[in-house]
Amino acid sequence: MSVNPSEAASLLRSVREPGAFARLARGNLELWVNLVVITWAVVFAIWQGTGFAITLGTVFAIWAILAVSLNLVVGFTGLLSVGHIGFFGIGAYTVAILTSNAQYEQLRTEAIPTFGWPFFAALPVGIVLAGLTAIAVGTVFNRFRDDIFVLVSFGFTVICFNVFLNSRGLTRGAFGIHEIAKPEIGGWSFGSEVAFLILALVFLAIVVLISWFIVSSSFGRVLTAIREDERATEVFGYQVTHYKLAVWVISAMMAAAAGGLFASWTTFIDPNSFILLESILLVSIVILGGLATIWGSILGTMVFVLLEEGMRFLPFLPDEYVGQARQVILGVLLVLLMLFRPQGLLGRYKL
Amino acid sequence: MSTPTGDGERFALETIEVAKHFGGVHAVDGLSVAIPRGKITCVVGPNGSGKSTLINLLSGMLPLDDGIVVVDGVRLRVVRPHETPGLGITRTFQDVRLFDQISVWDNIMVVLTERRLLPALLERGKSGQRERTEQILRSVGMWEKRRSLAMDLSYGQRKLLEIGRAMALNVNTYLFDEPFAGLFPQMLERVKGLMRQLRSEGRTILFISHNMDIVRELSDHLIVMDSGKLLTEGDAEEVLAQPEVIEAYLGV
Repeated sequence: MSVNPSEAASLLRSVREPGAFARLARGNLELWVNLVVITWAVVFAIWQGTGFAITLGTVFAIWAILAVSLNLVVGFTGLLSVGHIGFFGIGAYTVAILTSNAQYEQLRTEAIPTFGWPFFAALPVGIVLAGLTAIAVGTVFNRFRDDIFVLVSFGFTVICFNVFLNSRGLTRGAFGIHEIAKPEIGGWSFGSEVAFLILALVFLAIVVLISWFIVSSSFGRVLTAIREDERATEVFGYQVTHYKLAVWVISAMMAAAAGGLFASWTTFIDPNSFILLESILLVSIVILGGLATIWGSILGTMVFVLLEEGMRFLPFLPDEYVGQARQVILGVLLVLLMLFRPQGLLGRYKL
Repeated sequence: MSTPTGDGERFALETIEVAKHFGGVHAVDGLSVAIPRGKITCVVGPNGSGKSTLINLLSGMLPLDDGIVVVDGVRLRVVRPHETPGLGITRTFQDVRLFDQISVWDNIMVVLTERRLLPALLERGKSGQRERTEQILRSVGMWEKRRSLAMDLSYGQRKLLEIGRAMALNVNTYLFDEPFAGLFPQMLERVKGLMRQLRSEGRTILFISHNMDIVRELSDHLIVMDSGKLLTEGDAEEVLAQPEVIEAYLGV
């Protein structure tokens, strides 16, 4: 986390002591970033009304799970992966296939088998499946690092997309899967938007806790050492391939959980949600927020979601340009950020 | 000249006909040396004579093309880097290789913590590890700097921290690749002191240096290499008295 005990203490002091806050805030960019983003989020929520805020909140929670989990791999371990969206897709498709009850006889595609499982039975299957895939893929990827790793993880994303698109007997390809079940457990249903938001935030909290548990342990310290110098870490007695594989698998499983939530939330998925661009946006969020800081990834996601959705309301833009303009502005923003603050909003580290 | 005996009592480390080539270049070419236990051994030789390659082979950073490494009398055809601390060997690097973007404190902690995956996940810095880290940081004069990132230290401090990191690992044999290169006189004395301290604790040191004054002052045993081959080896004073060594390396 970016807030260390001494900072927290000085924050507390500033609450009690008038004037201390001004001293704390002066030149403390991280504090300003936090204040601005959170204020912005609150103002936006009030301005646009609760319904929209709940939708945005859910998008935020799902993307934050992805960003936090990817930061374990990219920020802490130094493996620049653009393959994360593949695991997200595995989770999403597993939940979609196992829970959907839709019948498709009217369309000229192969009928996909229907299982009609409840969400909470399908999600663990998706997570485990992503974990197993990560073990297989990671064992091979362990040989690569740096730019070559980017390339092979790119390959993974492309393969996943094509499997989703072409295994029509299972995924219905470009037609996508409808009627994905909402989570239900016992008498509880998460069918309403608010309930789903709470569920997504609970998942985010779990992912943050696990990530924090990992990075604050000796294991986490070894990950940062691997990021800095893999060979030297090895000479000090660590089997770095095991460490890299472990964090890769954990991160993939978290991404799959986010995928399952996403599928259930939208109730319809097709392969277009799992393209390379999404993966690259995800890496951008992680870099935007700051490498190797969990809170940075959460804040980065907040900024991204607010920008992406906030630009919908830019008054001077004709509707037909809004979609493209958002991506252009995001791109320009990233270039500016890399120019003036390469360590991201909250990070201390560079790639 | 001593011949390899596989005698773990007298020698902490030995190489038998060890070879490493890069393309057509024989960096180390059938080298057999023995490093006496509990002494400071220095490897000298011109640039490109295979001194660093020797350390890389002994620490498993490079795989052996041929030959055997004998550690404490145990013969090994393959030295795996992650197994070297278990064999009682650790090293420093010629081009200081710290964990740059983590703190000075964590640079030492990381070599003290649990190696196995699951226990490492559950471990959060034991008091023994903290005490040892503090002790090491104080002994290399880096305690005040413990919160800085390793990359923000000066060159000399980085060099010292790297030696400290190796010392944190409580092993028998230390391989120091040019520990004195580019150091201030004050720092030189400090490193010399650390090496003498290690020797007084009965540990074995192998180091590379081009500074003949330091070699003369510190080493008990001397290995002279040229073009990947052993030129001569033996008691430091005797070797330094040999006319061909004087001629070739001392620049008389």
